[in-house]
Amino acid sequence: MTAQTKIATAFDSYVARKDFEILLRKVYGKPLVYLDSAASAQKPKQVLEAMREFATSEYANVHRGVHYLSAAATERYEAARQTVRRFLNAAHDDEIVFTKGGTEAINLVAYSYLAPRIQPGDEIVLTVMEHHSNIVPWHFLRERQGAVLRWVDVCDDGSLDVDALDAAVGSKTKLVAVTHMSNVLGTVTPLKEIVARAHAKGVPVLADGCQGAVHERVDVRDLGVDFYALTGHKLYGPTGIGALYAKRAHLKAMRPFNGGGEMIREVTRDNVTYADPPARFEAGTPPIIESVGLAAALDYLSGMDREAIAAHEHDLLAYAREKMRAINWVRVIGDAPGKGAILSFEAEGMHAHDLATILDREGVAVRAGHHCAQVLMERFNVASTTRASFALYNTREDVDTFIAALGKARGILAP
Amino acid sequence: MMDESLRELYQEVILDHSRHPRHFGALANATHVGEGHNPLCGDRVKIYLLLDKANRIADIKFEGKGCAISQASASLMTDMLIGRNVDEAEKLMGGFLHLVKGEDAPDLSPGDRERLDVMAGVSAFPMRVKCATLAWHTMKSALEGGSTAKTE
Repeated sequence: MTAQTKIATAFDSYVARKDFEILLRKVYGKPLVYLDSAASAQKPKQVLEAMREFATSEYANVHRGVHYLSAAATERYEAARQTVRRFLNAAHDDEIVFTKGGTEAINLVAYSYLAPRIQPGDEIVLTVMEHHSNIVPWHFLRERQGAVLRWVDVCDDGSLDVDALDAAVGSKTKLVAVTHMSNVLGTVTPLKEIVARAHAKGVPVLADGCQGAVHERVDVRDLGVDFYALTGHKLYGPTGIGALYAKRAHLKAMRPFNGGGEMIREVTRDNVTYADPPARFEAGTPPIIESVGLAAALDYLSGMDREAIAAHEHDLLAYAREKMRAINWVRVIGDAPGKGAILSFEAEGMHAHDLATILDREGVAVRAGHHCAQVLMERFNVASTTRASFALYNTREDVDTFIAALGKARGILAP
Repeated sequence: MMDESLRELYQEVILDHSRHPRHFGALANATHVGEGHNPLCGDRVKIYLLLDKANRIADIKFEGKGCAISQASASLMTDMLIGRNVDEAEKLMGGFLHLVKGEDAPDLSPGDRERLDVMAGVSAFPMRVKCATLAWHTMKSALEGGSTAKTE
């Protein structure tokens, strides 16, 4: 306990909050309590300022012009790639492909890596807690090429049974696609073990790190993962940019996904040859200003004690969980050991949308719905849930306001 | 104290309809059936409709799961449409769709306007208008032949 208190004091969310100007605003006259960071996180002034500074001093298109600004912008863009590489502890800069987000990163793997390797009957193993962005690209391969999706269930507490996943990986498996952290349950998957066991059977692993990269320290080399997808806007960075980490050997063997400028070596009337990775996968003008914003967001996070942030978020989760345990009309979905700071629940007699509407009028922003995880909703036999997610800038006071607002909703909807 | 617009949205009549929906269930002798789906929240509704020879709505039943607004709206709709002919029903439905968007609904009779007034509070919650309209769009599609209605 003492050790934990010590860690918790190493990070002060009240200090960090000052970086997020939007948290000062009111909603319907009430102070904003933003508990929807798992959908998208708010942006610190360091990110916004970095983008403004870049756009007003060094902006031009990248990799094109010979002029001063183009060279400067290219340098910033490539520096952002290095920042992502360091953030993930990848071995090489060219293992980082910028995308417009996590969804595009996963689609890139589906089209460029997996599609050419799929014969009818080949299998893709995934869990029932995947976000639609880590389901639908594989459905495409099922529809178009006869791939078979092998689903791995989660336990009732939301944790993943690695033995069950391992059992689903067989001789026909071409890829394991698994989340690093569930956007509904908060479950953190034992990625290193999953990778080790899949690799033992010669099967590569893609991890959807859209939530995981925010809350967990990611070391792709230690994890051994083949592909790791992340998105900027959940990492306190801008929208419109994400990244795919992929092992160099995979990228070199992958054909391009989008065709256009920037990704070619030579184009003639009869032929085209492609640039080396990562340029091969970055057709068209990339999100340049956003890359600078993403780098600033990663620097912002890396500049703080990430273990202390994680401890802070876990403290908020435990505090909220404890308060909800005392409410007998609430059912929390997802209680896996070591889970991240995401709390999904059902409230008796209250539909998630009614609840979210009332919480909203109390200034409390939560998510209501299926969270782009309809397979998981079906697994837990719910149409929708309400989700509160915690970020580094949330406080115990936020939790108190949220719990009080829950009681108020109960008073209105189910007296 | 409670937000005035919330009080307006979740007034007692709405909560009563949502807790004790009228005409809930299936209708074995339905002449028309429509299904509605709101893909954003997963809410579903199924409307069963019995038209008599005079093109009059003899009975309606509905099934579904959803929020208080969608359930109350469906329940109220069944209450108000039974006994009307198709032309009258369409006029009422058109008026309702205007009303919940906060627009003028000159086609509504004063009596209908008064009964529908409990739903007017939805117009202050743009994100929830689709909840209120799901059953009504589904009813329309049932009358028009029964394809799947969607509100997004």
